[in-house]
Amino acid sequence: MSAMILGWSITAAQVLLGFAMACAALRFIRGPRAQDRIIGLDTFYVNAMLMLITIGIRSGGTLYFEAALIIGLLGFVGTVALAKFLMRGEVIE
Amino acid sequence: MSAAPDLPLWAALLVSALIVGGALVTLIGSIGLWRLPDFYARLHAPSLGATLGTGAILIGSMICFSVLRSRPLVHEVLIAIFITITTPVTLMLLARASLYRDRVEGRTDVPAEDPEPTEP
Repeated sequence: MSAMILGWSITAAQVLLGFAMACAALRFIRGPRAQDRIIGLDTFYVNAMLMLITIGIRSGGTLYFEAALIIGLLGFVGTVALAKFLMRGEVIE
Repeated sequence: MSAAPDLPLWAALLVSALIVGGALVTLIGSIGLWRLPDFYARLHAPSLGATLGTGAILIGSMICFSVLRSRPLVHEVLIAIFITITTPVTLMLLARASLYRDRVEGRTDVPAEDPEPTEP
């Protein structure tokens, strides 16, 4: 019973997060300027991280947690590098 | 539905509410990113998912694993701390870069220079 409740709510959360990722991807594709695309990419990273955590709750192991941590780290580094590039035209000065 | 861990009923209800609530808040933030009219307004929306959405889903995951292994298991705190530290840094950098670009292009709808710092 409780496993069924948890299973269905994890599925619902994954569908909602999928729609959220679709919105972020639309902004990434359509965004009129470069900074719109970067904020779309950043949101996409965070949503993908949350999606991995819900998959990890379903599997019951800690493997997906580590993947989520790595996605969080790489998303931060990537967005900062892209923002620096927008500001100065080069990443490392 | 496919396999999910077998928790006691109270924990299953609590975790379900937290996960679905967090996902809903994240979806609202992302819809805001898609619908809001200009860049500086759009910058505010995704932080909804990065704070409340992430927090709710991570707390749900912590409760789930703590009940499952019957000992406190809080490694999700790492992600929470990291996201809390990095989101403001990213959005500040992006907003400054965008403001710089708008000024270089000579747009009139952004302030031309930063306000003078006021004395405390």
